[in-house]
Amino acid sequence: MKGKMNAVVEQNEKPDQTQSTETAQEFAAPGVNILETKDAYLLEAEMPGVSKESLNIGVEGNILTLAGRRQPVVRANLLYRESGPADFRRVFELDSSIETDKITATLEQGILSLTLPKAEEVKPRRIAVN
Amino acid sequence: MATLRDELDNLFNQARVPEGYVPALDLYEDKDGLVVKVELPGMKKEDISISLEDEVLTVSGERKYEAPQDAVTTCRCERVLGRFERCVSLPCKVDAGKINAVYADGVLTVTLPKAEEAKLKQIPITIK
Repeated sequence: MKGKMNAVVEQNEKPDQTQSTETAQEFAAPGVNILETKDAYLLEAEMPGVSKESLNIGVEGNILTLAGRRQPVVRANLLYRESGPADFRRVFELDSSIETDKITATLEQGILSLTLPKAEEVKPRRIAVN
Repeated sequence: MATLRDELDNLFNQARVPEGYVPALDLYEDKDGLVVKVELPGMKKEDISISLEDEVLTVSGERKYEAPQDAVTTCRCERVLGRFERCVSLPCKVDAGKINAVYADGVLTVTLPKAEEAKLKQIPITIK
């Protein structure tokens, strides 16, 4: 069986070669915690400043894409900045043991929590002895 | 004469360097006041403390995390946790009674209106 640690694997995207440097988009990768329970994988991503409306979670095949947009501050003058680029993005490749059509998500105070259910056949089960 | 860059560096180097978790902080200024934003995802507002003393704003607290009860394995752990403290030396006097703080979407926004004396641009001088 493929190692459990590799069930959710990060995908590194190649930068688009055709974009000029002025329009090249900068993304911040949100920090994630990935945990495993007996029924599912839990993925928690930190996306401060992102509201439900500006959050985009997509699954295509076994590729999971997390994207979020922060509100840029318009009116005030910036004196000092430590926060990263306004847009978050991170892509993961999911193991086939994850039921992608049953993924659920919640967003609370900037933490996106995803539950990635395991397929029935890979859940641990007891085998009765006759 | 100190350049603007040196002055800004001084604002943030005055306090002792915190160990462990250091949340990102942004400082803005408009004609009415200052706005300090600190990125603190996943906290409860009861665990965040804000105080102002001698024009130094301090935001501190502890980022706690409780893994779900039935978690079997931790495959990846990138979220940084623990105690934090950020101090900002404010570039102008603020009206302490009108400070407003909001914690939403994991960002703490502290709005500090300028004190009346900081807004005055002209001081009339009478010539005797």
